[in-house]
Amino acid sequence: MADLSIDFAGIRSPNPFWVASGPPSNTAHQAHRAFEAGWGGVVWKTIGEPIVNVASRYSALNLGGMRMVGFNNIELISDRAPETNFDEIAAVKKRWPRHAVIASLMVDTRERWHDFVKRSADCGADGIELNFGCPHGMCERGMGSAVGQNPEVAETIVGWVMEAATIPVIVKLTPNITNVVYAARAAKRAGADAISLINTINSITNVNLDTLVPEPTVAGRSSHGGYCGPAVKPIALNMVHACAADPQVGLPISGIGGIGTWRDAAEFVALGSTSLQVCTAIMHYGFRIVEDMKDGLSAYLDSKGMRSLADLRGKAVPQVGDWQQLDLHSRRVARIDYEKCIGCNLCHIACEDGAHQCIDLVDAAPYGLGPGRVPGKPVPKVREDDCVGCNLCSLVCPVDGCITMTPVDTGRAAMTWHDYQSRLAAGTMQPIPPHP
Amino acid sequence: MPIQPLLDAATAAANLADIRPPFSPQEARVEANRCLFCYDAPCIKACPTGIDIPTFIRKITTDNLTGAARTILEANVLGASCARVCPTQVLCEGACVMLDLEKQPIQIGRLQRHATDHVAARGIDVLQPPGPKNGHSVAVLGAGPAGLGCAAELARLGYAVTVYDKKPAGGGLNTYGIAYYKMRPEVSLDEVRMIERLGVTFRYGVDVRRDLTAADLQRDHHAVFVGIGLGGANRLGIPGEDLPEVVDALEFIEWIHTRPLADVPVGRRVAVLGCGNTAIDAVTQAKRLGAEEATIVYRRGAAEMSAYAFEYELAKTDGAAFLFDAAPVEVLAQDGHVAALRLAKTASHDGRVAIVPGSEWTIPCDLVLKAVGQEKQAGLLTRLFPGLNLDARGRVEHDPATMQTSLPAVFVGGDAASGGREVVNAVAEGTKAARGIHALLAGDSVRGPVQPSRLGMPDGATGSGFDQPIRVHELEAALKRG
Repeated sequence: MADLSIDFAGIRSPNPFWVASGPPSNTAHQAHRAFEAGWGGVVWKTIGEPIVNVASRYSALNLGGMRMVGFNNIELISDRAPETNFDEIAAVKKRWPRHAVIASLMVDTRERWHDFVKRSADCGADGIELNFGCPHGMCERGMGSAVGQNPEVAETIVGWVMEAATIPVIVKLTPNITNVVYAARAAKRAGADAISLINTINSITNVNLDTLVPEPTVAGRSSHGGYCGPAVKPIALNMVHACAADPQVGLPISGIGGIGTWRDAAEFVALGSTSLQVCTAIMHYGFRIVEDMKDGLSAYLDSKGMRSLADLRGKAVPQVGDWQQLDLHSRRVARIDYEKCIGCNLCHIACEDGAHQCIDLVDAAPYGLGPGRVPGKPVPKVREDDCVGCNLCSLVCPVDGCITMTPVDTGRAAMTWHDYQSRLAAGTMQPIPPHP
Repeated sequence: MPIQPLLDAATAAANLADIRPPFSPQEARVEANRCLFCYDAPCIKACPTGIDIPTFIRKITTDNLTGAARTILEANVLGASCARVCPTQVLCEGACVMLDLEKQPIQIGRLQRHATDHVAARGIDVLQPPGPKNGHSVAVLGAGPAGLGCAAELARLGYAVTVYDKKPAGGGLNTYGIAYYKMRPEVSLDEVRMIERLGVTFRYGVDVRRDLTAADLQRDHHAVFVGIGLGGANRLGIPGEDLPEVVDALEFIEWIHTRPLADVPVGRRVAVLGCGNTAIDAVTQAKRLGAEEATIVYRRGAAEMSAYAFEYELAKTDGAAFLFDAAPVEVLAQDGHVAALRLAKTASHDGRVAIVPGSEWTIPCDLVLKAVGQEKQAGLLTRLFPGLNLDARGRVEHDPATMQTSLPAVFVGGDAASGGREVVNAVAEGTKAARGIHALLAGDSVRGPVQPSRLGMPDGATGSGFDQPIRVHELEAALKRG
């Protein structure tokens, strides 16, 4: 069995799976349950001066039969007294000394930051996470994403924290920003030990078409909330990669955003994450989901001959870069397996109306009949010479493995956009003619 | 006329093909994603082995099929055969919350087959190999589901286990007595080999009547598990019973499992006596092997049959006929072979069934299959274990929590204890007995694997149907009665 333990900027935990700061990490009761279920760490729900919450607080994007594909909240930071939270962290650490407990903090003045940072270390927390990302409510008071969106302010506040910090400091970044790398570099400049990302994304999930008030509704009004859940994973992966690939950042990364399964976890690790934080999936199913996350991740590492997470970490980072580094000569075409085709013709209409008009509907006779096909019904047929290899048909096809995007050897050496421009400038090649 | 095979190999194979074929990977993923991943799910409570069903199904959704199989097999070592032979309609699937929501339960049995097939096809052993042996030796009598459940659990706990069985191969009824369209014997034999790899020794061709004595067992072993099931079919006590074409239904099913399908003889007009699930298995397989007529003869009414409703429906779909309130009074022969069955109408008075005088009639028939229940092995048990207490119905008395009998070092499970229940009950009882033996010999209590889907439940993570399974159809019947 592969070793799942991690050392994240000096914070050790038996596995990379941490409960993210949020409703599931609000109390010692929940932390105990999380560790009993097998989680490696808990990032406490953000501690600050107590706030007042509203009802209701959550809303969801459902898609087809799937609930909570996306999730939105307008809940603020902990509404419990700081001393209650610090006392409970101390109690949790006493019972779970080898697990990671991280205090998430959000306050305003330099003095308060110093006070809360010291109290975090005093209660036995293994680290501190600075909540610079909360996109609702707190930002209106100059905290949360209001800090994270301004790298200079963030750098100043991280500086205050580092003046008092004796345990590792993680800066949690907001995705509600033009380029997350600037915020990550600010954290690095100010001396932070690590970054975590992404926090939630500004959102309105839906509008109630009877009341014309979006959810979650509070006495006939609503507010934009923080969006998370499976739907945000692609955004999070991109930002994690951006920070992992940036040589000026160079900090350990705690990946957050739509992680619910071991596969999600493996992807975040491959793009450079060391620890992984989960919230929405726990809010949906409970702490028990971690069992499959550990089991599946471990089995995956074993199947690839990897002995620990370090063997996977960042291994996908070098393969992602700027568009201009891609090979303009590489070619692939769609091929349809007529043994699998069920004759829905979605590939045809997607290509015809939505892409590049290279899948015809033709007489079935020469191609044989796919399963379930009505005799004489036309079959989709790719004109490979015209196929631009865009993937769309294979994405809409409902049958696993029916349309395969097949590489075609063009016999031409790789040429990037950069190469192309250089050759044009040197006069060693003619411009590629425009697509007809 | 002696009976003979009626169909060619291809036709017989097509007729006896898998009634619930395996899922394709895509079908399995779609079905698994229908599962709500309930907490403290009712399906777990309806499973006598307490498999954490929502957890294994979630693992299918994440493509962790090996992990799914581990979740299944840690709770039920015969998960592959139970996936095929369990009456899921009255167990896990009958308890599924999706019945309330969409009228269609999650197809748990087929998903379980998908996961267990994955590891079986790839030769992946998901159960932990046993640690060092603890010095204790246990004899398991009978290599059927109860014995296998007990042997596997004991092996995993570090015991030296020897399983004795009179057949040439293990698996018991799973290998020899399940309707062929539900499960092939190879699935069961695969399970036996998996248990062999856990370090269990199998001694075949050993007849406990003839080859073993209590002294042998006491000398060689610290405890004994009795999983010998039931004996042959009950006697009918009517003239003609000993004609060559009057056959135990289970023996007929064994022919199907031990001979090429094209060599299995079957009558053109088959009468099956009894109306339990074995009778249904017999009548449907007779039809599928080419019988022109196959008729169930039952001395009570349709409402009283012990076969499950879905099994009754299957037999009707296969073209079986049903004669209710009728009893055989004589098997008639011509040239020494069965030629007809003489029947009489029955009537019920105060729960007792009696033949109506003067109501007799005769139906043509060339094969009579007896499915009227199996004999208890009371004589054998009391001879082998003097002092063993049996109840009035010939079942071995036992503590239901530990399966310990009136003899402290003798444990029991399966049909010898219950008088006849499902494969899954037998596995569960064998597993329980193994833990009972462990408590006796090692003074150690063992709990099942931690179930993520029950974490934090008041009865602990391992409670569930293993301790006290709910019986969905019984609950529903009770509700209907008010």
